Amino acid sequence: MSGQGMGETLPPPRDVIGPAAWLRENLFSGWVNSVVTLLTGAAIIWLIVTIGAWAVSEARWTVVTNNLRLFLIGQYPADQAWRILLNLGLISVLAGLSAGAWGGATRAMAVTLSALQLMLAALVVASPLGIIPAGVLVLNAALVWVAFGFGLRGWIPRRPLLIAWVLSLPVSFLLISGVAGTPFPSVSSNVWGGLLLTVLLATVGILLSFPFGVLLALGRRSQLPVVSIMSTGYIEIIRGVPLVTILFMADIILPLFLPGEWRLDRVARAMGGITLFSAAYVAENVRGGLQAIPSGQIEASQALGLSGAQTNIHIVLPQALRAVIPANVGLFISLLKDTTLVTIIGLLELLGISRAILAQPDSFGAQMEVYVFIAAVFFILCYAMSQASYRLERALGVGTR
Amino acid sequence: MSRSRLSFITLMVLALVVTACGDTAPSPGASQPAVSQPDVDPTESVGGAPSTAPSESQAGEPAPSAGRLAQVQDRGQLICGVNGSLPGFSFLDEDGQNTGFDADFCRALAAAVLGDPEAVEFRAINADQRGPALQTGDIDVLIRNTTWTVSRDTAWGLFAPTTFYDGQAIMVNSTLVDATTIDELEGAAICVQSGTTTELNLADRFAALDYQPIVFPEIDPTYAAYEDGRCDAVTSDRSQLVARRTAFANPDEHVILEEVMSKEPLGPVAPLGDDEWFNVVKWVVYATIEAEEQGIDSTNVADMVETSENPVVQRLLGVTPEGTDPFESGLGLEPDWVVTMIGAVGNYAEIYDRNLGPGTPFDLERGLNSLWTDDGLLYAPPYR
Repeated sequence: MSGQGMGETLPPPRDVIGPAAWLRENLFSGWVNSVVTLLTGAAIIWLIVTIGAWAVSEARWTVVTNNLRLFLIGQYPADQAWRILLNLGLISVLAGLSAGAWGGATRAMAVTLSALQLMLAALVVASPLGIIPAGVLVLNAALVWVAFGFGLRGWIPRRPLLIAWVLSLPVSFLLISGVAGTPFPSVSSNVWGGLLLTVLLATVGILLSFPFGVLLALGRRSQLPVVSIMSTGYIEIIRGVPLVTILFMADIILPLFLPGEWRLDRVARAMGGITLFSAAYVAENVRGGLQAIPSGQIEASQALGLSGAQTNIHIVLPQALRAVIPANVGLFISLLKDTTLVTIIGLLELLGISRAILAQPDSFGAQMEVYVFIAAVFFILCYAMSQASYRLERALGVGTR
Repeated sequence: MSRSRLSFITLMVLALVVTACGDTAPSPGASQPAVSQPDVDPTESVGGAPSTAPSESQAGEPAPSAGRLAQVQDRGQLICGVNGSLPGFSFLDEDGQNTGFDADFCRALAAAVLGDPEAVEFRAINADQRGPALQTGDIDVLIRNTTWTVSRDTAWGLFAPTTFYDGQAIMVNSTLVDATTIDELEGAAICVQSGTTTELNLADRFAALDYQPIVFPEIDPTYAAYEDGRCDAVTSDRSQLVARRTAFANPDEHVILEEVMSKEPLGPVAPLGDDEWFNVVKWVVYATIEAEEQGIDSTNVADMVETSENPVVQRLLGVTPEGTDPFESGLGLEPDWVVTMIGAVGNYAEIYDRNLGPGTPFDLERGLNSLWTDDGLLYAPPYR
């Protein structure tokens, strides 16, 4: 450039911007790169065409649509299925109100919830389940935004909302399991299945293992030897054992210790096993967060006269838990996928029910369709979880403070 | 700051609640064990406690060692362990109903004991869970294509009469090899599922023959590989081969050889140590066979009660002709339990035809599973 004389007008540079230039710069910058580009391009196109052709013309998706009710709620009685829709509706309203009242991460949750219900509605429309449940799902998705409008106006105080969230888990359980002699007749957990059971196992596992794990983490760092040794022992023993073993223990060994007439609910046993297992991992994640808090902060709070509990609640935990959100979300995503292990103790969650469906004479040889469908469901759930966690991180300013 | 403070207080409260009820587990079912306390709700015992039933159910004192028959009647539901994903034997149909040959025997037992064929809680049981589930008494009966062997008989439970005589067979892809007997399969590649008795039987049968086993851990890939032509033959229980062949693109290209490589008698198993309950399970199976032999089926059973003059039929159906003493089976069931059961699920032939016979995709011949009068193995001792 410097070699050019002054006053001489240079022609505009050719092809340094625009799609053609981008292509030449990145994909065809030499003959080796050009060959590689062409080969990978051909491979990708071949893959898409093959899979697409299979999905469009060969695959028998009727296996999925005809059995959609089984995939979604298992053997849950069809005439009681409205309770699950009602439950979803309640959660939708709650999520919408919270999104209005708090904004931030709760808004991401509301968006996710309504999007998931719309997707579900689209699936239901394509199945023999008919238009009514699909309509209710769309209504639920709309309810999120109606409630959001209400929440925005600040009509709903935050404290009752928080209480409602705490109550939502037991209320959901009551709705789904029911009570004999009410309009909600009792439905044995033996018939819960499909996506319903997967989501229930994961939700209960996540919600209960989190507080339990935090307590264990605090216990492990405790000055009291009994508390610290017991917490450490628990964490190390549970982490040293595969989840499958714990589930087998809960399902097979536990009844041996119970008196003969006693029957602990099988779903409850699995939930207990998953919770106990995941709590140990949460504890170690949280301990990582606790150790990241400079001891100067703790000393400062002691100097200010705060008690140990006050220090933990007001100073240490808020920072520690915020710091371990990514690690915990990763853990919870893997917990969601680990719920498929309950298949081996005979519970018919999403994976288990698909095996039972594949045994139908009409479904022989349709394992590709069924497993692709399940993989898609799991992907959507996990992706939604990870997106929600990014929003949560952004809202809490993780990594920017 | 106050926002996060508030949420943390909530969180700690939640944590306390959780640890407080830590050992009762986060269960909806925590309230359910109450059901196992008998006599809480008199309506609980469906069909009413029969007069011949053991006295526990009337005494109101549920001794922990109460017989399983009384336990089942108090509970009002039979807990039946099934496979849950075996075509033709037990699987979920599109309405979520447990369907199949094994599932129907669960219903027959429930109809006999409780008077209601739908009073069954089906438990999907894994192959590895079978023994423990019986030993812990978690299930009342196991009806899950379980082969009767001596070690299982002594360790797991009491085997009721065989409901289905199966046998291992070999299916040959006739486009790849031309064989009509196993000995002609010298040097063939044979698909088999690993970890099964099938694999061991294959090794036994081919001890003197050269062959190439191609082993898969799961059942679906085994058949997929066979259909793709990766193996010349595939081996499994005959009923399974027939069922799977119906799903192939060209079923006519596949031939199931006649030779039976092993005996696979499949039947219900009752937990060890309860003879009264074992007798009930045993005679439920026998009654379906006896009903077929006597020509009693679900369509004519009500007429038979009214019109039959045959004393064998009358005893079976609990009919007491005038001037005779009522017949006591001693099983502890209602006198007309066979009527209820046959009316609900039918006799052996009806159960078989509905699930495995012509009209189903399997179209399995009765073969060994015919009455002894038709050269089969089904033989019920006299009901008297």
